[in-house]
Amino acid sequence: MIGTKCETCQKHFFPPRTFCPDCRRSGRIVSHKFAGFGTIVTYTVIHTANEQFEAFTPYVLAIVKLDEGPRMTAQIVCKPDEVKIGLRVKSVFRRIATDGESGIIHYGTKFVLAE
Amino acid sequence: MRAVAVIGAGCTTFGEKWSSGFRELFVEAGALALEDAQLSGEKIDAMYIGNMSAGRFIEQEHIGALIADYAGLATHHIPSTRVEAACASGGLAFRQAVIAVASGMEDIVVAAGVEKMTDVEPGASTDTLTGAADREWEGFVGATFPGLYAMIAQDYMHRYPLTREQLAQVAVKNHYNGARNPIAQYQQEITIETVLKSTMVAEPLRLFDCSPITDGAAAVIVAPLDRAREFTDTPIKVLASAQASDTITLHDRRDISTLDATVAAGKKAFRLAKVTHKDIDMVEVHDCFSIAEICAIEDLGFCRKGEAGKFTADGETALGGKVPVNTSGGLKACGHPVGATGIKQVYEIVQQLRNDAGKRQIENARIGMTHNVGGTGATVAVHILGRV
Repeated sequence: MIGTKCETCQKHFFPPRTFCPDCRRSGRIVSHKFAGFGTIVTYTVIHTANEQFEAFTPYVLAIVKLDEGPRMTAQIVCKPDEVKIGLRVKSVFRRIATDGESGIIHYGTKFVLAE
Repeated sequence: MRAVAVIGAGCTTFGEKWSSGFRELFVEAGALALEDAQLSGEKIDAMYIGNMSAGRFIEQEHIGALIADYAGLATHHIPSTRVEAACASGGLAFRQAVIAVASGMEDIVVAAGVEKMTDVEPGASTDTLTGAADREWEGFVGATFPGLYAMIAQDYMHRYPLTREQLAQVAVKNHYNGARNPIAQYQQEITIETVLKSTMVAEPLRLFDCSPITDGAAAVIVAPLDRAREFTDTPIKVLASAQASDTITLHDRRDISTLDATVAAGKKAFRLAKVTHKDIDMVEVHDCFSIAEICAIEDLGFCRKGEAGKFTADGETALGGKVPVNTSGGLKACGHPVGATGIKQVYEIVQQLRNDAGKRQIENARIGMTHNVGGTGATVAVHILGRV
């Protein structure tokens, strides 16, 4: 998980930002590799999905607070009844969706339960 | 700045309107508004059109010109501008019209909103609406619009005493009001059980917690207040127009269960209008989901954070309550043709203030408020309107 960090205020950004909203033009943005650990802030179980995700329902979607500070939205690879607010999670690189049978396969970050 | 008044208002019926196309919807609403203001089209100086996604719903862009053309105004060459802010497009179109008149640049300005959503399959419309959130960092990973609001609900219910039954009461109340509104998409009353037995969409939100897919259009006409009586005996003054923005993603918000843009726009509107919460006779809030109404009435300051569930269950937001919320039926029962919603909210408040709201009329209504949200709270428009 590669995001960014502002060397002026030490704030981390994932998704990456190229402009620090706090330091503005005095910010110094550099690339930063995240450890990939975080905590579930809130979640839902999606039963009615967008076209590309219809085959995967029900699936767990959550907002994860990364240990470095920023929050992100991602799927949690677990059973719907296993997810809870406050659980520790770890990032994994997974297939996210496919554009039809012969289309592009999208990859990205999901999380698995860390405990 | 000049004082501004609404001099005419029109709205189509809302619903799955298979026999009306995008153009017919807009023309119908526009004609109703003009008729209401007893105004002929050549008097119009400018138009602002709220529309979220004609590009994906009907594969048509360039909506401003299209609408001016089909309104019979192509040869008048008036400026016609599309305004887009997802579900807040209508509210922002209204604000642009108010700004145009207040500034002195234009006199008679149409603010309209239109959306034709039922020409695509449900999966495609759900996906289009996801464009109101962050496509790359929310939609791409599997978030749906109901899913994002479900995460607000989950966070809220984890922190505050809101029961599933209290949440359902929002939809029950809005259907009760919708059953008393002749333009509403759903004019049937429901019970808490209807909500709790409906299909699960995104836990904890069920189908009856969600606003529907709707076709419809609404239009209002604004003019300088000092000219308003040329057109109507009941001008409605725009007491405040406020707009605020916030992070596009839900996950970047300061607080998942508070729409800070609602708080900011609400505070500013109260300050501009020089009125307090007690002065507001009714408010149209953006109940795209039941939880959104709970957050809205708190974030606008009608009750304290964490108390909106009880406030709703106690009937304080019902017709006859302390502050009637969504007398039109709201997005839930009146319907949610995305770009039209913000204008329909103004239309409803105008009906109430003119004492034309029939079975859902609030007695002695003098001041009303509208609250229109784009996305999960990245854009908010709040307006306060009053009798003159």
